Amino acid sequence: MSKLDSKIPEGPIDQKWTKYKSTIPLVNPANKRHLEVIVVGSGLAGSSAAATLAEMGYSVKVFCFQDSARRAHSIAAQGGINAAKNYQNDGDSVYRLFYDTIKGGDYRAREGNVHRLAEVSGSIIDQCVAQGVPFAREYGGLLSNRSFGGTQVQRTFYAAGQTGQQLLLGAYSGLNRQIGLGNVKMYARHEMLDIVNIDGKCRGIIARDLVTGKLERHFGHAVLLCTGGYGNVFYLSTNAMGSNVTAAWKAHKRGAMFANPCYTQIHPTCIPVSGDHQSKLTLMSESLRNDGRIWVPKKKEDVEAIRAGKKKGSDIPEEDRDYYLERRYPAFGNLVPRDVASRASKERCDAGYGVNKTGEAVYLDFASNMKYKYGKQVATLKGIANPTEAQLTEFGKEVVKEKYGNLFDMYKQITGEDPYEIPMMIYPAVHYTMGGLWVDYNLMTNIEGLYALGEANFSDHGANRLGASALMQGLADGYFVIPYTIGAYLSKEIGTKAIPTDKEEFAKTEQEVQDRINKFFAIKGTKSVDYFHKRLGKIMWEKCGMARNKEGLEWAIAEIQKIREEFWKDVRVPGDANEFNPELEKANRVADFIELGELMCKDALNRNESCGGHFREEFQTEEGEAMRDDENYKYVAAWEMKEVGNWELHKEDLIYENIKIAQRSYK
Amino acid sequence: MAFPFALSLFPKPFTKMSGNMNLTLKVWRQKNTNDKGKFETYKAENISPDMSFLEMFDVVNERLIVEGKEPIAFDHDCREGICGSCSMYINGRPHGPNNGVTTCQLHMRSFKDGDIIVVEPWRSAAFPVIKDLAVDRSSFDRIQAAGGFISVNTGNAQDANSLPIPKNDADESFAAAACIGCGACVAACKNSSAMLFVGAKVTQFALLPQGKPEATQRVLAMVNQMDAEGFGSCTNTGACSAECPKEISLSVIARMNREYLSAQLFAE
Repeated sequence: MSKLDSKIPEGPIDQKWTKYKSTIPLVNPANKRHLEVIVVGSGLAGSSAAATLAEMGYSVKVFCFQDSARRAHSIAAQGGINAAKNYQNDGDSVYRLFYDTIKGGDYRAREGNVHRLAEVSGSIIDQCVAQGVPFAREYGGLLSNRSFGGTQVQRTFYAAGQTGQQLLLGAYSGLNRQIGLGNVKMYARHEMLDIVNIDGKCRGIIARDLVTGKLERHFGHAVLLCTGGYGNVFYLSTNAMGSNVTAAWKAHKRGAMFANPCYTQIHPTCIPVSGDHQSKLTLMSESLRNDGRIWVPKKKEDVEAIRAGKKKGSDIPEEDRDYYLERRYPAFGNLVPRDVASRASKERCDAGYGVNKTGEAVYLDFASNMKYKYGKQVATLKGIANPTEAQLTEFGKEVVKEKYGNLFDMYKQITGEDPYEIPMMIYPAVHYTMGGLWVDYNLMTNIEGLYALGEANFSDHGANRLGASALMQGLADGYFVIPYTIGAYLSKEIGTKAIPTDKEEFAKTEQEVQDRINKFFAIKGTKSVDYFHKRLGKIMWEKCGMARNKEGLEWAIAEIQKIREEFWKDVRVPGDANEFNPELEKANRVADFIELGELMCKDALNRNESCGGHFREEFQTEEGEAMRDDENYKYVAAWEMKEVGNWELHKEDLIYENIKIAQRSYK
Repeated sequence: MAFPFALSLFPKPFTKMSGNMNLTLKVWRQKNTNDKGKFETYKAENISPDMSFLEMFDVVNERLIVEGKEPIAFDHDCREGICGSCSMYINGRPHGPNNGVTTCQLHMRSFKDGDIIVVEPWRSAAFPVIKDLAVDRSSFDRIQAAGGFISVNTGNAQDANSLPIPKNDADESFAAAACIGCGACVAACKNSSAMLFVGAKVTQFALLPQGKPEATQRVLAMVNQMDAEGFGSCTNTGACSAECPKEISLSVIARMNREYLSAQLFAE
């Protein structure tokens, strides 16, 4: 029946990984040197995998399109990384992290994978500290934690609002060490444009040197795609400008299945759009919801006054504020998961309570915690019995600055407003994609020898990812999963000699890449790449964004097909192929986004239920919560491409043996 | 829900058209590393004060493309001030007129109607121009590969809390680690010195107990590589720190010098 074998090991959930790990075939050190591994992408998953595999003795090549491995978009992750350390003695455990993640994902993730993730989470923190990652600490010298959405414990480790940066620099330092030792060869400013399959196995890639424009062939016994998510299909997202789906998409076009493409995370706390020049959106970390309270006015007249500039948020008295998350979800309050928080913001704004001129913004307000939580704490420490309001604000400001200073500065830079004085305005934006290449327990796609790690795969977050879990998954895959599981494949490859890249399959694939590049220049159309990208993004956001419905999705599919046709007739790519040409890079990426957009809508249309980040308006409870259909849709939707615009659906049933699935509730 | 960038749909777009600006750009254009290069003048019209500097460049480029001309090449990626890609030398200052801000976070409200803005790439022999405003900063990576790490293989780590680190040390280490590797320090320095960049990494590790065992080799290897890449020497002007978008303190250079001196003594 199904082509999809998840290869989840037998046995009790808490022993699957331990037992499996100790039975995976090993490769002896002498053989490792002759085995070549290609790693595409140098973010948390890529850098950590490359460094670790090189430490083990494999011969590794790393590719990234940025000018340095350190600039991969993991660098921009802000809030933190989860780990079941239970350092706060608040009842955390591997099981709880496992449970929270499955529940947070709205029961659409694999139990086996998620439990493994929770198991290795603690080792990640150990590894990072040993590398010199300067996590936040308490005065006693021990590590500090904070809370993130969808949990009731403090298990998030952080480095101010720059946790991704510090973790990536840690992984990058490990990678650099291996580069210095000659175990890794680094190819920066190189973009992978196709994979090369030989006799049903992935044996290499075609990459373009972005400086010279030259196409290159690279052989590998195995290829690891650590190329992140595809949020930029929406044009506006919190992703970096260069973040793209190309590597994963090329693999998909060569036979790798793409799983759950419609599962998109819309993050509730981003800086609202300021104008039609907007090129990207900026996240304000979820960690801010530890201390910030989200609200809109209760009265329409206050909303009007704010929009007209006659009132400020701080003028609205306490009793006239609707702290809607606290009202609707008393148990989790402002720390409900992202999908829930985003939908609640949209509900209020759609009802007419949005607080900026476009009506698409809500307040994130620190005033009360700044003053009465932190201000008071500091006053007490200083022995001031009756602090003045001004003193409380001053003291509280210092604490808030230490916790979130860089985020507040960033907000001020972008909006021109000082969030220490007036509440932040925020609105949901596309942030992360839970879908990705289908992989088995070994992180191998359905093409032998081709792996997908981190955000590029689909496996751990179900239909919604919890905050501070992306960093955890990227590093878990790279440091603690792939180094073991790759042995299952490479142990059988020790007899395979490096395949010369003048072999027919390499030449043919390179020619196909070259043909497509030539085609871009031959079109000589009238519209820029961005023109098409913006059009695609608008359709995706309106019809396949926070809320979807059948009619809208069907319309979107037809529109996207039209965009694809027009793109290939009327796009203009200036310059030529044999030079540094950012427009050509964009054209390559947007062509793939257009094809992906169609698949996302098809997947959303197929899934006649609401779960996590996938909200179909036809399927909701009376209170407006997501309504799953476990009987018919408790499966991973893995799509096989027959040709562009034509896919076949394969289903991998999700089996819950350890967690009782239930209606997700944060009330 | 209306789409964010279709603002013409809204009755009152809050990009105040009346407050928009017309600007003149003088931009360094250079076809490739070997090309001589020259300034070209461009008009940037109807620029909203809410745009970032790079979004202003997007507008200019969009027009160039439609007119059949070559857009201006520049490095950029995250556009939120953390990846360190963007590298424009604006009116004689790396990352432009504001302190503590990268080019991507510089917003047009810092300029006024009629301004002439001169934009150049980073200027340093160790950062050759690739095209227009994009430069090759791989020398920074090679310095890091020479010694910017703690030698710990995956799986060798002890429990994270078994090594308490005084909060002040951890904070100071973090402040140095906040460097984004953009190269503004080099661009700002009259000697093209990379001491702030290297000092930041040396300081991050020098303050942590994990970094101690190989502190000697680290500082020697990194400084040697820095010299080999052709960066200049430090003459204590302090422009690097003044222009650093992450406001890395000049004290990291002092710490590096101290580490280097003691490393030389112990290495003998």
